[in-house]
Amino acid sequence: MALLQISEPGQSAAPHQHKLAVGIDLGTTNSLVATVRSGLSSILVDDDGHALLPSVVRYLPDGNIDVGYSAQAAQSQDPANTIISAKRFMGRGLKDIDVSQQPYHFIDTSEMLQIETRGGIKSPVEISAEILKVLKSRAEKSLGGELVGAVITVPAYFDDAQRQATKDAARLAGLNVLRLLNEPTAAAVAYGLNNAAEGTYVIYDLGGGTFDISILKLSKGVFAVLATNGDSALGGDDFDRRIFCWILEQSKCNPVNAQDTRLLLTKAREAKEWLTDHTNAQITSMLSTGEVIDVNLSTKQFNALTQTLVAKTLNPTKKALRDANLNIEDIKGIVLVGGATRMPQIRLAVADFFKQSPLTNLDPDKIVALGAAIQANTLAGNKSGADLLLLDVIPLSLGLETMGGLVEKIIPRNATLPIARAQEFTTFKDGQTAMSIHVLQGERELVSDCRSLAQFELRGIPPMVAGAARIRVTFTVDADGLLSVSAREIASNVEANIVVKPSYGLNEEQILAMLTSGFSSADADKQARALAEAKVDAESLLEAIKNALEKDGDLLNKHEKQQIKAKIDALEAAIIQTNGHAGAVDTTSDAIIKATEVLNAATEDFAARRMDAGVSRALAGKNLDSLEI
Amino acid sequence: MAITLTETAANRVEKFLSHRGKGIGLRLGVKTTGCSGMAYTLEFVDDLNPEDMAFESHGVKVIVDPKSLAYIDGTELDFTKEGLNEGFKFNNPNVKDECGCGESFTV
Repeated sequence: MALLQISEPGQSAAPHQHKLAVGIDLGTTNSLVATVRSGLSSILVDDDGHALLPSVVRYLPDGNIDVGYSAQAAQSQDPANTIISAKRFMGRGLKDIDVSQQPYHFIDTSEMLQIETRGGIKSPVEISAEILKVLKSRAEKSLGGELVGAVITVPAYFDDAQRQATKDAARLAGLNVLRLLNEPTAAAVAYGLNNAAEGTYVIYDLGGGTFDISILKLSKGVFAVLATNGDSALGGDDFDRRIFCWILEQSKCNPVNAQDTRLLLTKAREAKEWLTDHTNAQITSMLSTGEVIDVNLSTKQFNALTQTLVAKTLNPTKKALRDANLNIEDIKGIVLVGGATRMPQIRLAVADFFKQSPLTNLDPDKIVALGAAIQANTLAGNKSGADLLLLDVIPLSLGLETMGGLVEKIIPRNATLPIARAQEFTTFKDGQTAMSIHVLQGERELVSDCRSLAQFELRGIPPMVAGAARIRVTFTVDADGLLSVSAREIASNVEANIVVKPSYGLNEEQILAMLTSGFSSADADKQARALAEAKVDAESLLEAIKNALEKDGDLLNKHEKQQIKAKIDALEAAIIQTNGHAGAVDTTSDAIIKATEVLNAATEDFAARRMDAGVSRALAGKNLDSLEI
Repeated sequence: MAITLTETAANRVEKFLSHRGKGIGLRLGVKTTGCSGMAYTLEFVDDLNPEDMAFESHGVKVIVDPKSLAYIDGTELDFTKEGLNEGFKFNNPNVKDECGCGESFTV
């Protein structure tokens, strides 16, 4: 029977009309999914009770795809086919990243970079879609139904290309995106800050491998991102590495091999976590060389080791404050996000810097997903209208290129979404009949310093003297932060428009191709399954009949035996045929099923005779009273 | 007769109510929809109606309107886990038939 959740007064859904919606934190290191049940936002766990899903995708030799802990475990044995941190590549070209640091075989394309794996050439969008698929199926299992949609979080600094790539990944995974939400905004929502008094909040997010600081200003239910800063190569993993180096130093080990490195890094992480609420951590381990490690790390030593790392987070924090033109007295609250913020020295440093204690009562690993779930629940229509719908803002200004390689901003940063803004331009030369429109995103003044999103032409402008044409360019950004641009010459009504598919995004055909390839392999999967099932059925029948012939073969005459033998041979031949015939699987599974049926029919009479014989054997020589009836 | 909660159900309801920050109890009811005639409703209560009946079970106030009570009198509300799914379950002695999914029923 279906399990019910408590609704808000008057909001009970009709049967089969529950609007199941989830929030997804698609992280660089780990991903999570959460939902609101009976008014409470909670994380959905997998069959083993794990809340986190490591954002690791491995393409296996047998063509399957592994996601999560098992993929993570295989990372060092199979680095080229095990993709970690795909989020760093979303919406990025090869020139945007440092290839030398990566173990992958990158494919150079003019668009988003791709990675050559055992499973074929994969884009970061497809890799992220695999993670989303796992979370989607976890959610559907947990909620007992199909999802109406999901809110997926993205870093506040993600530009249009990265946001579009995230949306594309969701679409590939079969998820309806209700909204893309900025991660710091989601964290603030989890703490209910959107219901709190207006004010300015700092979101300090130290994850496994990235550090982000965001300053949000809440006014009238709108979170404006005043400033973001961070360090894309600083996270909890660096603290592990500091302990790891210290262990080697203390035990005077020679440089260790890859396996021991992994072992000691795990020990280092465990020690780090232990020191969150203990003053000493004993680290013991035996290396593959037989050397024994046995050292004791105190909180004091750990703090000294990692002091510079903690300090490294404060520089971007200062910069963000300076960018937002704020002092620490202007900050109303600090929200800690990311598992690494559990470390006491981080909490102390943050409290010391801001002269106030940060909010810590929610699990920093889960807070972003929890906030996204609350927003998803509202967007799916499960809450009463009294709750304000949270609005987001555009993270980077949008504009277009004007003469001299300058950017004219049409929509400024932090404008509330959705938004439409228009501006009029004119021709530069006498008789000019076309105008090129180059859409850019960024805060800088020069075209070369901003990110190019799209370029299109407005043609058919009637020839006029320079400056006489009036060309109205309209920028429209929908609630997800995605842009469309139209241009119209007012006198002649000539119009051109474009939905901005960022230069690094995927075009519609590519997405469709990916979707259909997903469908076609679904069909192949289904056929392979049918074949496997047919084989299992056939083999168990063969086994049973062969046994029966051996035991009770004398119940049959020679002709009958030959008949059955022939049918057995036919079925065995049908099975053998499928081995090595990977191609037309559906026809071969049909052949097996038919041959199985024929054999079954041919042996029905034999089975009946065996049963009779069995009964008379059991009863032979017994009198009625000794039978337990 | 009355409506009762199991202890597990009562604990969950208290947790949800305290998280919600307001509300005086839990309302059980039925409405006439669904593939099998009637469907259960389960809601937080902010306001009482004059005709409402109130019960108390393991410290939780349970509110039912008299029309619904006729169909669910004697029900015990439980909170269970089924695989990864979890939620409330009506153990209703009046039920003659349920739709396959159990979201609606006839008496």
